[in-house]
Amino acid sequence: MHTRASVPASPAARILWVSIALVGAFCLGVVALRRGEPINAIWLVAASMAVFVIGYRFYGRFIERSVLRLDPTRATPAMRHPDGLDYVPTDKWVVFGHHFAAIAGAGPLVGPVLAAQMGYLPGTLWILFGVVFAGAVQDFMILALSLRRDGRSLGHMLREELGHVPGLIAMFGVLVLMMIVLAVLALVVVKALTHSPWGTFTVAATIPIALLMGVFLRWLRPGRILEVSIIGLALLLAAIWFGRHVAGSAALAPLFDFDARALAWLLIAYGFCASVLPVWLLLAPRDYLSTFLKIGTIALLALAIFLAAPTLQMAAVTRFIDGTGPVFQGNLFPFLFITIACGAVSGWHSIIASGTTPKLLANEGEARMVGYGGMLMEAFVAIMALVAAASLHPGVYFAMNSPAALIGTTAEHAAQTISQWGFVVTPDQLTQTARDIGESSVLSRAGGAPTLAVGMARLLHEIVPGGGMMAFWYHYAILFEALFILTTVDAGTRVGRFMIQEIAGLIHQPLQHTESWTGNLLATAICVGLWGYFLYQGAVDPLGGINTLWPLFGIANQMLAAIALMLATVVVVKLKRERYVWVPGIPALWLVVCTLSAGYEKLAGPISFTAAGQKYAAAMAEGRLLAPAKNAAEMQRIVTNNYVDAALTGLFVLLVLAMAGFGVRTIARAWRINHPTTHEEPYMPLDATSGSAP
Amino acid sequence: MKRWLRSAWSRAVQTARLCCGVPDYDTYVRHLRDHHPDRPVPSYAAFFRERQEARYKGTGGRCC
Repeated sequence: MHTRASVPASPAARILWVSIALVGAFCLGVVALRRGEPINAIWLVAASMAVFVIGYRFYGRFIERSVLRLDPTRATPAMRHPDGLDYVPTDKWVVFGHHFAAIAGAGPLVGPVLAAQMGYLPGTLWILFGVVFAGAVQDFMILALSLRRDGRSLGHMLREELGHVPGLIAMFGVLVLMMIVLAVLALVVVKALTHSPWGTFTVAATIPIALLMGVFLRWLRPGRILEVSIIGLALLLAAIWFGRHVAGSAALAPLFDFDARALAWLLIAYGFCASVLPVWLLLAPRDYLSTFLKIGTIALLALAIFLAAPTLQMAAVTRFIDGTGPVFQGNLFPFLFITIACGAVSGWHSIIASGTTPKLLANEGEARMVGYGGMLMEAFVAIMALVAAASLHPGVYFAMNSPAALIGTTAEHAAQTISQWGFVVTPDQLTQTARDIGESSVLSRAGGAPTLAVGMARLLHEIVPGGGMMAFWYHYAILFEALFILTTVDAGTRVGRFMIQEIAGLIHQPLQHTESWTGNLLATAICVGLWGYFLYQGAVDPLGGINTLWPLFGIANQMLAAIALMLATVVVVKLKRERYVWVPGIPALWLVVCTLSAGYEKLAGPISFTAAGQKYAAAMAEGRLLAPAKNAAEMQRIVTNNYVDAALTGLFVLLVLAMAGFGVRTIARAWRINHPTTHEEPYMPLDATSGSAP
Repeated sequence: MKRWLRSAWSRAVQTARLCCGVPDYDTYVRHLRDHHPDRPVPSYAAFFRERQEARYKGTGGRCC
């Protein structure tokens, strides 16, 4: 055995950890127990940091030493066969930065904002406990599993450890999940840009900017990413500044003023072009810009929260925990745990943690920092998004996130409805907020991005005051989110295209060649068609789309997390470490319960897709029209969409059940065998490798 | 202090490049010299192009 001898903690270390625990417990107490008077966000931030630090030091280390038994003397894939390209022993801080940039996306910014309708407390508690006991555990364990298996992918490990069929089922689930992810993220952009000439202009401006950067990187200054990104950033800021004049001009504004349907079509066309064109021209330069802007803006948000120290205006717990909320339907259980996926636990991370990262680590001893620590960082981003949303006036929050079907389309009507819910707000407050951010209206801008942008703009405005600056910051925040969402959409469409070409190749071999234009265009069209269908459906949805599609996305993402944690559970049993089976087993079980019960509620019962479909079908049979449908054809489309969503939910439920069945079967078999049966690569000492540590 | 700043900067650059899918060029060149002295060493521009293409062929790569 090659385990490290445990060193007893020094008295100073003990005092330090006891005081961190006390401070954390006190802050958490303030957050959870103080009622009636608003509290400062700093309490929440401090409580989270204490929980993260303690989780990392104690639970993370327990998993490292007892469950995974990571061994600093054991050679990692990067040390076993370095190739200078994919397998490169890399400094741990560099790997950490890379890993965090790959896992942090729009998810942790959107989910917590939507969940704020139940108050800030339920979301905070789920993020804190979810990340320590489920999310970070998943990322860390999958990373470690892949480290011991030559950096193999999640799909490959599932096939090896659970069997060929469950591996295929899971990969099919990943493809469907990806289509839903792309649709729902694109819908966030649509919601943010609807009738916003300023926002639409700046986002459109990123296309020529990216083309320019692409040409520059290809021919003028090959490979100078930093230089070209600085130029790109300067041009972006200029575009935001000029956007104000576009929005104010009677001639230019109508050119960039679109409704949701038109924007959906534009995004579909754009996604098709971006993934068919050579990557160096459009996709890669946008990717560079969005990566740097993402990291920079997250840092800026953290700085703004610390400096502005906002008061949380939202109540700790609102009446909407009963499931009647306007932002998303359904009770706290299971829908809170579905709505906040990324930030607490995100299945998608298991793909990243078994992708590039395990091929870069130089030592197994660094896996906790990258896997567990990286996920804690993402949870911190989620907490900041929650703070930004909860520090808004609740009336403004609900006006921005409720569908028009509930609050109407005028400030007066919206203010009246929301005040009746118990969040007193005047029409003036709503129109003033719109004026502050340079938009014509803030109503029904669901999807999280605009709410976060208003919250961020307020915080930044507090630390950098100035006339009209709030509108600048708002559009900056919108641009930043739109930019990296669109990069995800482009890159995701490309990946989806390759996956579809691979499947098509099974039927007709020549379609598999990625250089073939027929195969390329056909597979891209199928891929864009798949996510485009759901995007368009969201754009015309009576409840505003996000309300419908986000639960579908959450169920799919948590389904993948459940699969990843099942894999970890299976491996723990196969290693004959059954006494620790609860570490990945309990979060896996919890996610299975959450996805199945959310799936059930979306299939049958009052808030289900089936019920919504039946309602419209019944009205159609009587010859009535229900808003927002304006004719029989639109009624028919809403019915069809709801049945498609119900079928998809059913598919996810079956997937979870099948995977749980395979998992239990494998566990039962491994339990009876009295020796380890896992597929780990044999031990190789670090000093026997040819690789050199960074 | 100066040395520390220089190494911090080079790590920041390395991280930024890696986030865009471009691994360390010097490491690759060293690897080629040590293990494959028969292979030609690509220029940074050629290396960059090859990596740029490779980044968008894999699965996933980034999160939601």
